[in-house]
Amino acid sequence: MTGKVYIAQPDLEKVLSKLAGNMDVWVPAAPANGKWGVEFMPYHSGLAPILNRRSSLPPKKVLLPQMEALLRFEYQKDPQDPSKVTLRLDDPTADSLTSRPVLVFGARPCDTRGFLTLDRTFTNGPYVDAYYRKRRENTFFATLVCGEADSACFCSSVGSGPADMEGSDLRLIPVEDGYVLETLTERAAFILDSLESLALPPTEIQEAAAKQINDEISSQPASGFPPGTVEAFRGRFENLGYWQEAVEQCLSCGVCTYVCPTCYCFTITDEMKNLEGARLRSWDSCMFSHYTSEASGHNPRPTKLERYRNRVGHKFSYIPTNYDGMIGCCGCGRCIRLCPVSIDIRKVVQGLKEETCECA
Amino acid sequence: MNALNPYCPDLATVQEVIQETHNIRTLRIRLNDEEKMQDFSFRPGQVGQLSVFGVGESTFVINSPPTRKDYLQFSVMRVGEVTKRIHELNAGDPIGVRAPLGNGFAYEEMKGRDILFIGGGIGMAPLRTLLLHMIDNRTDYGDITVIYGARSPQDLCYTYEFDEWRAGGVNLVLTVDAEFPGWTGRVGFVPTVLKEESPAPDNRIAITCGPPIMIKFVLFGLKELGYEDHQVLTTLEKRMKCGVGICGRCNLGPKYVCLDGPVFSLDQLGKMVPEL
Repeated sequence: MTGKVYIAQPDLEKVLSKLAGNMDVWVPAAPANGKWGVEFMPYHSGLAPILNRRSSLPPKKVLLPQMEALLRFEYQKDPQDPSKVTLRLDDPTADSLTSRPVLVFGARPCDTRGFLTLDRTFTNGPYVDAYYRKRRENTFFATLVCGEADSACFCSSVGSGPADMEGSDLRLIPVEDGYVLETLTERAAFILDSLESLALPPTEIQEAAAKQINDEISSQPASGFPPGTVEAFRGRFENLGYWQEAVEQCLSCGVCTYVCPTCYCFTITDEMKNLEGARLRSWDSCMFSHYTSEASGHNPRPTKLERYRNRVGHKFSYIPTNYDGMIGCCGCGRCIRLCPVSIDIRKVVQGLKEETCECA
Repeated sequence: MNALNPYCPDLATVQEVIQETHNIRTLRIRLNDEEKMQDFSFRPGQVGQLSVFGVGESTFVINSPPTRKDYLQFSVMRVGEVTKRIHELNAGDPIGVRAPLGNGFAYEEMKGRDILFIGGGIGMAPLRTLLLHMIDNRTDYGDITVIYGARSPQDLCYTYEFDEWRAGGVNLVLTVDAEFPGWTGRVGFVPTVLKEESPAPDNRIAITCGPPIMIKFVLFGLKELGYEDHQVLTTLEKRMKCGVGICGRCNLGPKYVCLDGPVFSLDQLGKMVPEL
């Protein structure tokens, strides 16, 4: 279980190719079509993983695809009796949704931690999401100890940190000219075993270097929200004035939700062609007005104030309330980096705590 | 419910369709799996998601009582896409159902007490479930008063059952918004009639459902009559998708209407994020 190997930088592609023989391996890489950014994609030979930059998008889609068919159905008409219509329903979870194990290689601790929030909602509630659970049981995380914090990062403020391995199966530490990859969970032991002679255990020097890097990164001081923030949050909900000030410039574009590792809200819609159709699950965004608007025209969250309050409240109050105080934000900072009008969720949450806040 | 996959509906067949008003139809359905139908159990006030495959799903209260198990009944007002298609269904047509969902009414705690139902329009649907359950267990409850109003006599649902309700020991007060030829019941908005009737709050539970504006004034009225927040129940409606507390749409703060509701006491609502 404490298996460790050293992977020299030039051998990385060989190692990934070997792993990809038995598993679906997802790595952060640049899209071939010249699209901006780094995102997670299935590894294939020739694809160069980008491990020295944070990915623009989290690997959320590995466990929660942007769109998937929950059901397929077909109406069948009886040629003998045209008025008689029967229905055939196929549930894709009934057969194996994913037969091959999946490895997410090179996610940062914030990205891996994002799934801890999804785990609680999708598998710990009174109802279990069979699609998510099947994928989750088959998915392994080789998480990269993160040395590249920028001004938007705040993982250490939300109970995590750049070396946090909660939810990870393997630890990947960047050392000079390569990586030390270490098994952390029993269930992931087979992964390093499958490499056979391709990767050797680290030398003492390599191991010591890895330990030093991990220690250095682990010991970075935690910054951010003072204790009691979550409690203070609850008292300020009714003050729409505060939210007015916090999100005055919000465009309701929803990018914060799409790039967020812990945003999972979805919609369900049916698509039909002739007599066949599918019920689809797609990512949705609580920042959109249609999200809650009802057929009658009534909308319980009529303006962006209520919608943003719900988004922040969900992460910093509702999830902690429902799931043992765990904050439903992993501190990756993507919503801060990518917001077109520079709304900073840290300031919004901090402002709720501060008694002297002008908007109170 | 499908135990393995909560998103997968059980297939059912429409048995009977009743035209209640110009825009409300009642569907009586049976699950195709006879064993599942026999074993189907639920609490009054619990809801179900009806599926028209190819169009989508919507949430409706199961408005037949658990004491009557020949069919599951849903009353549907034609408002949006799914309800429009539900209105096109006839006896023999396939339909999907995911039920029961939600919490339902805590009717055990109402035993030995007087009951006041206040319904408006389609809002009578969830009340009917509990009302019939109480009629079927009549000796468990004290006085049962129902104040039921609609815009016009033609907008009242379940008119064909009113005699049965009365015969079951229910004090039924019907009202419509304005005078109509041939109408012999009360005339006036539901909150006004509530004031006129003034059912005493002692040992009574009030349960209300209807359009938001009616509920708003009914709640004022109940307060004036001396009802405490814990004596007043309402059943909420929200746009829903998953129905099982996952998709994140129908929440009031940390509470999900589909899971923790739809029935809440006024007491509970007062502590929740005001996003009704």
